Amino acid sequence: MAEDEASRISAAAGVEPVLEAKGLSQGQIVRKRFLGHSGAIIGLVVFAFIFVLAFTSVGYLGIPGWWKYNHTQVSPLVNGGAPTSSLWPLAWGEHPFGQDRIGRDLFAMTMRGAQQSITIMIVIGLIAGLIGVVVGAISGYFRGWSEAILMRLTDVIIIIPALLLAAVMAALAGRRDQGSWFASFASTNGVLALGIFLGLISWVALARLMRGEFLSLREREFVDAARISGASNARIIFKHILPNAVGVLIVNVTLTMSAAILTETALSYLGVGVKAPDTSLGLLISQNQQAFATRPWLFWFPGMFIVLICLSINFIGDGLRDAFDPRQKKFNAKKAADHGGAAVQAGTVTGLGAPAPEDPRNDGPADGTRGQ
Amino acid sequence: MVTYIFRRLVTAALILLGASYLVYLLTAASGDPLEEFRANPTPQKQQLMDARTELLQLDTPAPLRYFKWFGGAVQCLVPFANSCDLGKNIAGQPITEALGFALVQTLTLVTAATVLAILIGITLGIVTALRQYSTLDYGVTFMAFLFFSLPIFWVAVLLKEFGAIGFNDFLRNPDVPLPAALGIGVVVGAVTAVAAGGTMRRRLLAGAVAFGFVTAVLIYFSATEWFKTPGLGPVVIAIAGVGIAFAVTLLSAGLKNRKALQSALIAVGVGVVFYFLLQPLLNEATFLMIVLLAVAFVLIGMGIGYLVGGYDRGQSMRAAAITSFLVGFLILLDRYMQAWPSYFNNSRVRGRPIATIGASTPNIQGDFWVLSLDSFTHLILPTLALILISLASYTRFTRASMLEIMNMDYIRTARAKGLSERTVIMRHAFRNALIPIATIVAFDIGALIGGAVITETVFSVRGMGFLFLDGIAHTDPNPVMGVFICVAITAMVFNLIADLAYSALDPRVRVKA
Repeated sequence: MAEDEASRISAAAGVEPVLEAKGLSQGQIVRKRFLGHSGAIIGLVVFAFIFVLAFTSVGYLGIPGWWKYNHTQVSPLVNGGAPTSSLWPLAWGEHPFGQDRIGRDLFAMTMRGAQQSITIMIVIGLIAGLIGVVVGAISGYFRGWSEAILMRLTDVIIIIPALLLAAVMAALAGRRDQGSWFASFASTNGVLALGIFLGLISWVALARLMRGEFLSLREREFVDAARISGASNARIIFKHILPNAVGVLIVNVTLTMSAAILTETALSYLGVGVKAPDTSLGLLISQNQQAFATRPWLFWFPGMFIVLICLSINFIGDGLRDAFDPRQKKFNAKKAADHGGAAVQAGTVTGLGAPAPEDPRNDGPADGTRGQ
Repeated sequence: MVTYIFRRLVTAALILLGASYLVYLLTAASGDPLEEFRANPTPQKQQLMDARTELLQLDTPAPLRYFKWFGGAVQCLVPFANSCDLGKNIAGQPITEALGFALVQTLTLVTAATVLAILIGITLGIVTALRQYSTLDYGVTFMAFLFFSLPIFWVAVLLKEFGAIGFNDFLRNPDVPLPAALGIGVVVGAVTAVAAGGTMRRRLLAGAVAFGFVTAVLIYFSATEWFKTPGLGPVVIAIAGVGIAFAVTLLSAGLKNRKALQSALIAVGVGVVFYFLLQPLLNEATFLMIVLLAVAFVLIGMGIGYLVGGYDRGQSMRAAAITSFLVGFLILLDRYMQAWPSYFNNSRVRGRPIATIGASTPNIQGDFWVLSLDSFTHLILPTLALILISLASYTRFTRASMLEIMNMDYIRTARAKGLSERTVIMRHAFRNALIPIATIVAFDIGALIGGAVITETVFSVRGMGFLFLDGIAHTDPNPVMGVFICVAITAMVFNLIADLAYSALDPRVRVKA
């Protein structure tokens, strides 16, 4: 393939592959780099699998799923509640993850918990991303008093502990009898309310990053050019600056989301997050940690799902960061030394369609954009 | 510079004021402190409610009550007036007293974990950066991501189950069966082979040596019941000391500097002599004495380095001082091991040393060694959990920073003028890679005082996090405010220190006046 040859030559010269030189658009370059990142692709596949499994198995929003139990249903204990699934021979059984003390199906409960965690994660990502972009853009682009006010606001919010806010929200949501609109909303949509609430406080780091991006981008020539040709502020922000800052945004929203899963499970574990009779992965671990000696599976499966979801999101975030990071094109002295000088002389450094000096099929390109 | 610091402090004070007002209102709004009495059928219900209203000044509405609290808190700023008043908690205990106790608990728990996580994380980050794209690099990267994704409460419960209960069961009858010894040897050998680097032949050799050594040691320990009566003894200290001397010299001065190697080896010899001299003294040990001895060991090492001299006296002194300190640490470790049987058979411990809750065994009696072993066995599990969780970010950050530095032009210049690889890495690259790390270390030390809420909950340590959580659970604003103020002030001060340190370490960065 021509691209591989090109990247091979430049890698040989100690310069990371120059995909830009091939006339690809920004989106194409990012997509190519991301798809070449094996860790990110594995993360994406694992996450998609968990997502589909969680949302189709026990049903969502009243739509029934294909699994025969739900997370509240009590059925007689099979095999003392131990997991019935086995790897050899591969079998699913009646209760693949086992049952708890009173006979609820752990698979259904874990899937329900995974649904909650993923919902909260997405809600937090959307809200934090939106507020972060708006606040960052306004303060970074307009400067002046709006920046002063917004940045002091983020300073205040950043030092207020999330635990306290979650506790206050849990207490307010618990007072159903008072009949405020918030209490009734929170008692019917506990998970959604928690996600919105956490989203409302986790935008601060994102807003600071976006402000930094806007501060440097607004001084660039293309912004001056747009302003001279009569573009409005809104057009400059949305058409000229934001597309250039989208890399930082996407990467950090992903990382915020992976942190959000751990926050949600930790809050549920401490008793101020998702509450019974609904369930969440953190709540399942908290409820079952005393039973570790007698029913360890109640503890293993929810924990493994937290780790799997978080790990796959982290790998996706890492792949995105590598794909968007312009610093990936740096000169690497060690690699130049490893590859020797012959290849450098044979090919051009820019890699514009020069013939390959060696067979591109022997060992894959050892560049920064491939692998993890 | 002074203007900059002054402006930052004024802004910080204003932010603190606004945030503390919000926190107070939120805590007050989170529940009803009288709730436990409302359903109380006893006749003194009204009396109890009145007493608590009086104690917490509930008759004043929360937005005004804040200013009463603030009036007391401001007095803390007056130096030496000793009139600090942060209010009382729901049980009537002054907050300043509760905070002092909690602070000690938290710092003992978190300090060791943070320091170890920083040391291990930076080491791993540098090694993986130097071996970019090796098996070791991929392995450590994957582990870093895994640790980063672990919920700490899950890890903590696992550690309790396997680290405490499992290990205690093992200690009751400490023999390592042959297959287990071989298995552990194979794992250690494989890790060594991956970490060793170099040619395949060299890696396999290193792996085989590690396998043989670990297996032999385990079989020896099992046969002599070493786990029941552990100890190092002068011979092991001498052998390990010589190893330490070579390693320290290799890193700090290079083995070509013979004078440095000589002074490090002399320091080991002096340390072994001191091992015998110090034994009677150590039986009467106190904490102060240990600190003084550590200082003395460092000074002795520096003296040896000074006397040996050489063309670079400073390097000899540094190598000998570090070696001497580490040998002193080995002597201390040996003394702790000597105290282990008496701790193990203590009537309060009853042969289950690794504890899962609390910060010390209740009512334990014993000398300095038994007491410090007791706090050690209580701290080891939460410390392990915290290290696992916070290790990942240091490793990733150091690796990225080191890789960036290694691609700099001045590193190429250093190589081109013929400096040894050790000098290039330790002098030119490592020191510059530490600059950005210094800032995150400052941030983390600032956050350290807030404690680890979840770790403290799982291991029942009554530190700052516990105080905070307990205050929230009882709708008790004063402890919450006390913890919040402490945490916020330290975090802000350390943020300022981080910014100033960055500009001091890197002259290219200037603070805006």
